[in-house]
Amino acid sequence: MPRTATVTHPTGAPDRRIRRRLPPAATLGIAVGLLAVVAIASLAIGARQIPFDVVVQAFTAPVPGDPDQVVVRDLRLPRVIIGIMAGAAFGVVAAILQGATRNPLADPGLLGINAGASLAVVTAISFLGVASPFGFIWFAFAGAALAAVVVFLIGSVGGGASPARLALTGAAVTAATTPLITLLLIRDVGTLSQYRFWSVGSLAGRGLETASVLWPFLVGGLVLAAWLAGRMNLLALGDDVARGLGVRLSTTRIVTAVAVIVLAATATSLAGPIALLGLAVAHAARGLVGADYRWLTPLAGVLGAIVLVAADVIGRVVVAPAELEAGIVAAIVGAPVLIALVRRGRGASL
Amino acid sequence: MTAAPLVAPAAAGDPVEVVAGRVAAARSRRRRRAASVLVALTLVALAAAVASMVLGAAGLTVGEVVAALVGQGSPKAEFVVLRLRLPRVVAAIVAGTALGLGGALFQTTLRNALASPDILGVTGGASLAAVGSMLLLGLEGPAVALAAFAGALVVAGLMWGLAWRDGLTGIRFVLVGIGLASIVSGLLGWLLTRAEVREASEALVWMVGGIGSIGWPELATAGGAVVVLLIATALFSPRMPLLSLSDDSARSLGLDATRARVTAILLGVGLVAVATALAGPIAFVALVSAPIARALVGHGQAALAASALTGAAMVLVADLVAQHAFAGVAVPVGIVTGLIGAPYLLWLIARGNRKGSDG
Repeated sequence: MPRTATVTHPTGAPDRRIRRRLPPAATLGIAVGLLAVVAIASLAIGARQIPFDVVVQAFTAPVPGDPDQVVVRDLRLPRVIIGIMAGAAFGVVAAILQGATRNPLADPGLLGINAGASLAVVTAISFLGVASPFGFIWFAFAGAALAAVVVFLIGSVGGGASPARLALTGAAVTAATTPLITLLLIRDVGTLSQYRFWSVGSLAGRGLETASVLWPFLVGGLVLAAWLAGRMNLLALGDDVARGLGVRLSTTRIVTAVAVIVLAATATSLAGPIALLGLAVAHAARGLVGADYRWLTPLAGVLGAIVLVAADVIGRVVVAPAELEAGIVAAIVGAPVLIALVRRGRGASL
Repeated sequence: MTAAPLVAPAAAGDPVEVVAGRVAAARSRRRRRAASVLVALTLVALAAAVASMVLGAAGLTVGEVVAALVGQGSPKAEFVVLRLRLPRVVAAIVAGTALGLGGALFQTTLRNALASPDILGVTGGASLAAVGSMLLLGLEGPAVALAAFAGALVVAGLMWGLAWRDGLTGIRFVLVGIGLASIVSGLLGWLLTRAEVREASEALVWMVGGIGSIGWPELATAGGAVVVLLIATALFSPRMPLLSLSDDSARSLGLDATRARVTAILLGVGLVAVATALAGPIAFVALVSAPIARALVGHGQAALAASALTGAAMVLVADLVAQHAFAGVAVPVGIVTGLIGAPYLLWLIARGNRKGSDG
């Protein structure tokens, strides 16, 4: 059943490239394996040279106070966990958004959600003197959620939120918010000096406390996403057909909105407003398993986690002993992947 | 579309003529609406330009301003009017027109409201080149403008080269553009986090766009280029309807949309590059002008002239607000353009929803 959705190309013509795809389950399995490799690499690689057996011992035979083990357990492990959580949230939310808005460009960054989170964080730094990534999370969360609510409300005043309108509303909200952010930043150099490091997106300095307060939101959002996946397949046939097949459009829209708000806010408060990551992995997932959202959504999540954790590792290696923030690496490394996918003609059609 | 009552008085008996009469009436109504929108936008732009000429710290009267404009004013008035205020107004018109029209060309050609040069990385390329030249090479003034111009063209060229495959289809071009925009913003983030914080702040000011300190030589160059591009766009505009067809429908009608698309995008890139070199990437003018114009004119049309006028009016009004609304603080115009353009666009979207038409 899952594979029937991938046999014919949207234009109706059989497509050789699509026929050569691996079964979706195998693709997802390989992706999970790759994620494990990347996660282990992230534990083992860094500015401080730590032998691999010491990395293993940090978990199998913990010695409190051993400096190498402390680095692995207290500095590297939180980054892996936060990277996986945030990356998965970015990937899943983009997959849902692209399905719900039927716009291949939908991404938390383009729907005004990142801008809302950024405005809240700048306000917190500028007026309330908040100074740590942990202090930012609730502001980022509230800002992202508020922006998403505004986008969904305005986009659907007086009847269904048409995909085009939703996208345009998101762009308008970004356009309204960004100037305020800039205004606060150029008024006060101190705010800029803190904000610029948050805004590029990073996994450093977050600590497990961030993950420990946000995981319930992530789990809740993922459960909603799982519930939505099957319905997305029907929605892709058009609103009327979906309604005819028994999908309740209003319920589905509300659940979509809630899932998007929760996941986007979680991702942004974990790692900062990383643009494109979700968009790129959702397209990659579409290219790998086709348009079946039951496979596409989880694969987008796993790919998001891989890319973000890998970007973090790369950022630690290329300019060692300094670091390049994961968000910058993800943007610079993720974009060529997206472009390559697009050039090969995959993933562009919804 | 409401049916027009009593539009074909002579043809009471003939259904064909009744329909033809109604179609003609609907067309002329639409044309009248488009014309009145153009007139209204021109009036708004004029009013803002006049206010911008008259208001200011120098405390000149209207008479003194007019006298200075025709060369009869006091030296002080002439300096304020001809060296400070008039260049500002002209720069606002040139940059606003170019960005509004450039954005409209992009969005129409790529058939996606999100596909504006801001989001596709063209203005981002300009920012990256300009900020890089400021932070890494320590350049200033015209050199930065030149770098911005080159940056916009380089990103557009890359987008072109990477997206081209037996023609130019909308969605591939847009996705490549988004990819490039993200590389550019990653590199910009890297530059800004590594720079000394005061320099980063200055770069940020350039990046929102401003028209405060533009002299006549730059204006003449940019203005001339924009006029040439405007004329080219006007000559090209009869072919615009072709762009609103999907690839498949164009092909099935036996038309080749590629050449029209290439022309439209080239014109758009040229306009945006010139405007950005002149005034910095004045935020969101390119993104919101065309949707506003299209909502005002009514749907189904590219509304190029209205988009250009919307851009000009928006920058003029925004500059007026930027100069006078923030008690004593000179705010770059790019901060205000988003602040006034975006809520207006949101309002139009919400209103369009209620009427059931497409925002």
